[in-house]
Amino acid sequence: MLAVNFLLLGAALFCIGVYGVIARRNAVMVLMSIELILNAVSLNFVAFALMSGAIDGQVFALYVIAVAAAEVGVGLAMVLMIYRNRKSIALDELSEMKG
Amino acid sequence: MNALILATDNVNVAQNVAFGIIAAVMIFAALSVVTTKNVVHAALWLVMVLAGVAAQYVLAAAEFVAVSQVLVYIGAVMVLFLFGIMLTRAQIGKETGLNNKGWALGIPVALVLFGLLAWVIVDAFGDDVLPDRGPAPTVMLSDQFLSIYLLPFIAISFVLLAAAIGAIVLARKD
Repeated sequence: MLAVNFLLLGAALFCIGVYGVIARRNAVMVLMSIELILNAVSLNFVAFALMSGAIDGQVFALYVIAVAAAEVGVGLAMVLMIYRNRKSIALDELSEMKG
Repeated sequence: MNALILATDNVNVAQNVAFGIIAAVMIFAALSVVTTKNVVHAALWLVMVLAGVAAQYVLAAAEFVAVSQVLVYIGAVMVLFLFGIMLTRAQIGKETGLNNKGWALGIPVALVLFGLLAWVIVDAFGDDVLPDRGPAPTVMLSDQFLSIYLLPFIAISFVLLAAAIGAIVLARKD
């Protein structure tokens, strides 16, 4: 199995996630795209762990999973609070801090 | 891409075929996540992508990470997402206005980024063959966690605790 396979798949998932973050207006959809990006990164970590023979890459993949779980919890709580205050989670309407 | 053809003599065919099929399904599902007009469908396509990533971990001999992926992502994070969708909108079916006004800008950005990444990856790792190692024993993983990665392990525990308390405080009604 070639290392390039895993790395190119990770790159493709990463770019699709970046497109989602740029294009989507709904806050929940942006959080989903961020999950795509995080998964692309941990796929690379696991591929590099297999390539080098050291297991450290898998350790980092597990840390990424833990951080992603924390991020989704706090992110969705923020989205809920925004929805409760404004009855909308469209990100382009949140412009109070615009100069 | 010559390396792809040159390296085929010491490559496990079944592993490559499985990788290709799963990778194609994952790319299609990921594209559906970012293009579908229905938020609930996007969440279900995301399940496909996450399950595909777990399958790739199994192919890459990382069983414990694959199981954690299924437990945490497909089990917990997706339920959170479905709750988030349920609590923020009552509308079922297609929805307009899911995309920004400047959404088309994302396409060239993503394509250029992918081109750059692919070029760098093929340039740097084009000839590297992944060795055919058996699955790494979970004991090795726990040894790493409880020796040199102990401090980050404690830190991540605090991060999770803080995130749980923070989410409760943020989402509480009053």
